[in-house]
Amino acid sequence: MQVKRTPKTYDVCIIGSGAAGGTAAKVLTEGGLSVALLEAGPSFIPERDYKEHVWPYDLPHRGAGVGGRQRHGFDNEFLAPNGAWEIEGEPYVSAPGSKFRWFRSRIVGGRTNHWGRIALRMAPVDFKVRSHDGMGDDWPISYDDVAPYYDKVESYIGVFGTKENIPSAPDGIFLPPPKPRCTETIIKKACDKLSILCVPSRLAILTKPHNGRPACHYCAQCGRGCKTASNFSSSQVMIPPAEKTGRFTMITGAMARELVVGKDGKVTAVSYIDKGTKEERRIHARAFIVAASSCESARLLLNSRSSLFPDGLANSSGVVGRNLMDTVGSDAGGYFPQLERMPAHNHDGVGGMHMYLPWWKFDRKNEFLRGYHTEFGGGRGMPGVGDYDDLCDHVEGYGLALKRECKKKYGTHIGFAGRGEMIPNENCYCEIDPNMVDEWGIPVLRFHWKWGDNEIKMAKDMQESYRAIVEAAGGVFIPSADQDSAHPYGIADGGVIIHEVGTVRMGERPATSALNQYCQAHDVKNLFVTDGACFVTNADKNPTLTIMALTWRASDYLLDQAKKGNLGA
Amino acid sequence: MAISRRDILRSLTATAVTGSVLRVIPLEAAEYAHRMIRAEKAAADTQSYTPKFFSPHLYKTLQSLCNSIIPADDEAKGALEAGAPEFIDLLTSENPEYQLSLGGGLMWLDNSCIDRYGKSYLDCAADQQKEILDLIAYRKNAKKDSSLGQGIEFFSFLRKLTADGFFTSDIGIEYLGYIGNTFLSEFPGCPAVPEA
Repeated sequence: MQVKRTPKTYDVCIIGSGAAGGTAAKVLTEGGLSVALLEAGPSFIPERDYKEHVWPYDLPHRGAGVGGRQRHGFDNEFLAPNGAWEIEGEPYVSAPGSKFRWFRSRIVGGRTNHWGRIALRMAPVDFKVRSHDGMGDDWPISYDDVAPYYDKVESYIGVFGTKENIPSAPDGIFLPPPKPRCTETIIKKACDKLSILCVPSRLAILTKPHNGRPACHYCAQCGRGCKTASNFSSSQVMIPPAEKTGRFTMITGAMARELVVGKDGKVTAVSYIDKGTKEERRIHARAFIVAASSCESARLLLNSRSSLFPDGLANSSGVVGRNLMDTVGSDAGGYFPQLERMPAHNHDGVGGMHMYLPWWKFDRKNEFLRGYHTEFGGGRGMPGVGDYDDLCDHVEGYGLALKRECKKKYGTHIGFAGRGEMIPNENCYCEIDPNMVDEWGIPVLRFHWKWGDNEIKMAKDMQESYRAIVEAAGGVFIPSADQDSAHPYGIADGGVIIHEVGTVRMGERPATSALNQYCQAHDVKNLFVTDGACFVTNADKNPTLTIMALTWRASDYLLDQAKKGNLGA
Repeated sequence: MAISRRDILRSLTATAVTGSVLRVIPLEAAEYAHRMIRAEKAAADTQSYTPKFFSPHLYKTLQSLCNSIIPADDEAKGALEAGAPEFIDLLTSENPEYQLSLGGGLMWLDNSCIDRYGKSYLDCAADQQKEILDLIAYRKNAKKDSSLGQGIEFFSFLRKLTADGFFTSDIGIEYLGYIGNTFLSEFPGCPAVPEA
């Protein structure tokens, strides 16, 4: 097979077009650099490919997917395109005794097409955990280093919220929040009784027109993708301004295989498979930003072995693939009889919670270290397949009694989702599987996973807190149904919360970290990894906002280097 | 002025290309296009349905069961009118596990009716049909009579799929009183919540 070369050398080549890749593309092209971006999936047209405003009965499978296989999954038919727990032809493996699930997205914009739009800043203490409680490691940067970039990201993408002055949840630059739903007023009242913080949530959804994008129209379908771009996705908000500069080349259907290193130890090119022709191609650039998602980025580095880098690129420390973290997740719910008496009304709102519970026990000693925030929601949403499974099992029978019970109970459930910080441990990592390749011939990842005691204690506290809140609100508590020996207190399997980070972490010391504070590899100066892989810890803050802030910071650093004539030096 | 579907789609594309640098389309045009697509679907949907998986006899049985699980009443039509049997047949035609549990389950029901009453479920009298359904509609009955286990399992699954088919239909959604999936310029908040 002939290897085709593109003769041009770009200033920067970015691998991945999600939160990190899209941000880098915008900042670097607007800063004057020429950029080539590789995306493993296809491009798409929002007005054609997003299923916004489609009713279940508009689809033959009603959202359940072919053969009903997506009846219970997060990846139902309505979800924005090409995000899935399993991708045909691109497997991954969990090691014996481990279970890890990996949600991937092969589409321009990556998982920003699907994400919950929850945009939380890490707190000052989150960057300095070891100094605070002796566990894990401190970041090589502080909150003050990142704060200006949080400002830039929020100002550009638009985030609603309110200034609350809560130490565990720093304020940002906010658009006004939407009014609470009935479910949220009930929980807010109960939290007030219990002295639990409950405040307007912080989501990357526009409640006012912002930077040329219209305000939200309150259909609650953000996960399907937004045709009006009133929420944030990289595909609609980061990639278009990059394209407008005329310095941006996006290559879709391009599966990065290996970073090619020259004699001087710098990356000269990325080899990729053109999925359309199955041919190997190369892109040459002076600097490279790997932003393929935390585990995919680690995979690319580990698969880039050479005589100079026998253990994988930028891995002299051996940390690549290590320190894999997800978020501690445990869910519960409640039935609220007072909601049976609510009149029918439009309950949609934005595609996510209007209020949330930031971590409130930061001022006391708890049975576990670190903290969690709580997302909650429910009420009179659009009915979907699987919604009545539990009720059918509970009431059984058939006929008008069943029909009327379903109507009576509609909209009376509120679910709670705890989202807490995991402390990295040596049992959680990914590595190259020694035997298996994907359909492109690229060796796949094998995952190892085990929750630590701290995480399990945290899940226990979540269940207890949600019981207290539900009961204080006059509801009937419904504990997590997924509690068994593998899932004490309903703790979710690794990867399920889709906050996997840490696999190419930054740090001050090259012996224990792969990247410096600018996401630049200690070993390879023209290589940057700016997605969640660079995280040192995984605070109870959804990672996307921080990924964008760190990428913007790394991109500014790269621009500064370019100005000094040091790009790739 | 009548606007054709092509006009709308062309205007959407034009806006996306020549408008803002961001891929933004006007709300009104988007809403109009959605309505139009829905109306077209409704107009095309008048043909009678040919089952993809179930035999004519078993499909009739399935229709009868869907109708029993969620029947019509004064307030709303039932699962049969809501298209639950078509939905279930489509999924089953694509899924070997469903073919076993539902196809086999319907056969189990006929077999049991033949054993008990000497005829298939559809040929049974209304009180006989009620008798067997009352037996397989509750898990506790398997404790008294373990031979009901398979029927209970089958019915439990069919009940869920029938609920799916009903509550994801326009009939079911209206019955529940879901008001939404629309364009609002502002979220109005909620009516007063009754005390617990």
